[in-house]
Amino acid sequence: MIIIDSKLCKGCDICINVCPKKVYSKSDRVNAKNVYLPFPENEEGCTKCGLCELSCPDQAIYVGKEVE
Amino acid sequence: MVEEKVSPYRKYLREERLPHLFCPGCGNGTVMNAFFKGLEQSDIDFEDIVMVSGIGCSSRVPGYVKCDSLHTTHGRALTFATGLKLGNPDLDVVVFTGDGDSASIGGNHLINAARRNVDLTVICINNNIYGMTGGQISPTSPRGSFGTTAPYGSRENPFRIAEIVGAAGASYVARWTTAHPMQLAKAIQKGLNSTGFSFIEAVSQCPTYYGRKNKLKTTIDLYNHIKEHTITKRKAEKMDVTELQDKIIVGDFENPRRGALCKALKELTEEVSGGPLATKSAYEELD
Amino acid sequence: MVEEQFVLGNEACALGAIAAGCRFFAGYPITPSTEIAEKMSYLLPKYGGTFIQMEDEIASIGTIIGASWSGLKTMTATSGPGISLMQENIGYGFITETPMVIVNVQRGSPSTAQPTMSAQADMMQVRWGSHGDYEPIALAPSSVQEFFDFTIEAFNLAEKYRLPVTILADEVVGHMREKLIIPDKVNIVTRTRPELTDDYLPFDAPENGTTPMPAFGEGYNIHVTGLTHDKRGYPDTNNPETHHNLIKRLCDKVLANRADICSIKKEFCDDADIIIVSCGSPYRSVGAAIKMAREEGIKVGSLKINTPWPFPEEEIKSIANDVDNIIVPEMNLGQMVHEVERVVAGKANVHLIGKIGGVLHKPEEILEKIKEIHEGEC
Repeated sequence: MIIIDSKLCKGCDICINVCPKKVYSKSDRVNAKNVYLPFPENEEGCTKCGLCELSCPDQAIYVGKEVE
Repeated sequence: MVEEKVSPYRKYLREERLPHLFCPGCGNGTVMNAFFKGLEQSDIDFEDIVMVSGIGCSSRVPGYVKCDSLHTTHGRALTFATGLKLGNPDLDVVVFTGDGDSASIGGNHLINAARRNVDLTVICINNNIYGMTGGQISPTSPRGSFGTTAPYGSRENPFRIAEIVGAAGASYVARWTTAHPMQLAKAIQKGLNSTGFSFIEAVSQCPTYYGRKNKLKTTIDLYNHIKEHTITKRKAEKMDVTELQDKIIVGDFENPRRGALCKALKELTEEVSGGPLATKSAYEELD
Repeated sequence: MVEEQFVLGNEACALGAIAAGCRFFAGYPITPSTEIAEKMSYLLPKYGGTFIQMEDEIASIGTIIGASWSGLKTMTATSGPGISLMQENIGYGFITETPMVIVNVQRGSPSTAQPTMSAQADMMQVRWGSHGDYEPIALAPSSVQEFFDFTIEAFNLAEKYRLPVTILADEVVGHMREKLIIPDKVNIVTRTRPELTDDYLPFDAPENGTTPMPAFGEGYNIHVTGLTHDKRGYPDTNNPETHHNLIKRLCDKVLANRADICSIKKEFCDDADIIIVSCGSPYRSVGAAIKMAREEGIKVGSLKINTPWPFPEEEIKSIANDVDNIIVPEMNLGQMVHEVERVVAGKANVHLIGKIGGVLHKPEEILEKIKEIHEGEC
């Protein structure tokens, strides 16, 4: 399950841009700093490759380990 | 133990200091993650890592990492790191620096540290601009790029830092970008595993200043700009200088396997004194 | 066993450093301090220590700060242009409370000026050279023996108060050969590790004091920064209270301990009408001048300042109660004399004998001033 830490996300959209499976889209939900958070709209497409976790500059994404 | 459902890189960070001060979209956090990933895959234990940095945005990275960290003066991080490493060669010393810190004010220390091949792993986050002071051009700013001190576009030629460090004699040199975090992590892993001076240049985005000043309005515009201007070293070798002018050449550079400094100095001490290095002797009574 | 040697002042400094437990030296060649680096490069490997010649003086001081945090006692030595280059990182040493010893073998200045000649023109630079508020400790040797003894004392003070300590030598003591007595045992201050508790605060020091210093890589996980920092060591740069408390403590740990740090030597002062206040090399001419003056019936005494910083205010104040005239011979155009005047605050006349050019005051030059004052008083 993908979890976005709304306290740490700064809304840079890098996760939306890097995901090879286009899992993320921009949501209309804002955090306390008025940042529009990403939303794993297409979560079933996620292969848990970890690129979004690795790319997220704010350590705000949890994807979990690849399932064997 | 129940797995905490947070980013796998959070366990290395000083939780009480988050969120960090980097601007939205800044690549520093990505390079941090790549460092942790490279570290996990390397032969080095996180417990043995100590970090050193100079001044600038990239130099704020060590302050967020749960290890001993020395945040020093502008340009001088490598000198402090040299002292830490030679003082106690058991430490794995990692330096975070930037383009201004390492190649401008610290340029002489950079080439001399590479010449000595002192056993450090240096991660240079190159965002082509001075971010901390508000967007002035740096020694890596491309010719024609804009900054607050280049309102008409820079008329100077930029440095290619990784090539300079390779020429100066470092054991391991690589360049990747924040748009290649997997390869960047791999390069950091190699750098940590090799003896001598390892230098990994991470070309990164500064959306707040570089992007805004250079008509790359969003983080994604700048991120994609970096990605599109990247070319592998192998391809670059077949191209001429003019074709390569605006290209970011990525890959591994020099690896001449020259003698590393720590081993040489350890041997010197053992030869002359017949004993080991007097590490941590400030805490000991002398005979 | 006590050992006697006939050595250069700069060599005595290196021998003192080794005796004090210094096991790391980084430096850059510069006249007239170079023999210290040369001697350290020879001695350190014999004692398990490390010597490195750096690319410049900025690198040298950065490197000894790094090595200090690795758990070693560290030193660098330089002169004029080199000490100017080091100023920024000296300030870093104060704000991060890093023990280290800096030897400044003073030469004719400003700029490159007189590499092989002596001067005392950096008396104020050591006090104010780096930007900001701080209180330095400096010791000024006047002989080869003192260069050895004061180097040991410099290391002890650096460890005790966790700060950079400067040895303000000059070309005369650096390049002179004299007998050196090396005792078989010297008192040295060793570092102690802090207790590592769950709520360990690396910069939580008592008022007017300091706190034990950990070494890197032992699990303390401390953050050391030149930015204004809180008790955890974390940057807190926009909080006026944090800055005030930090800088005030760093200054007070020296000022509140003046009695422990300050060192002077008084001779022939009990019956004196005139006292000569000297520091470093010029002291060497004071004894002869006093002897000549007393032969002519003029009662002159001497107060030698061993620690120009912190300035020994109480000691100078007290002689102003006893005599009407104070003579200050300095190898500059007047630096320490302003401190003497400030402290004396008009209670005595203060006479400068400022001499530049690189040659020490002759006893006759001091005698001349003594006679001039004496005749004026009669």
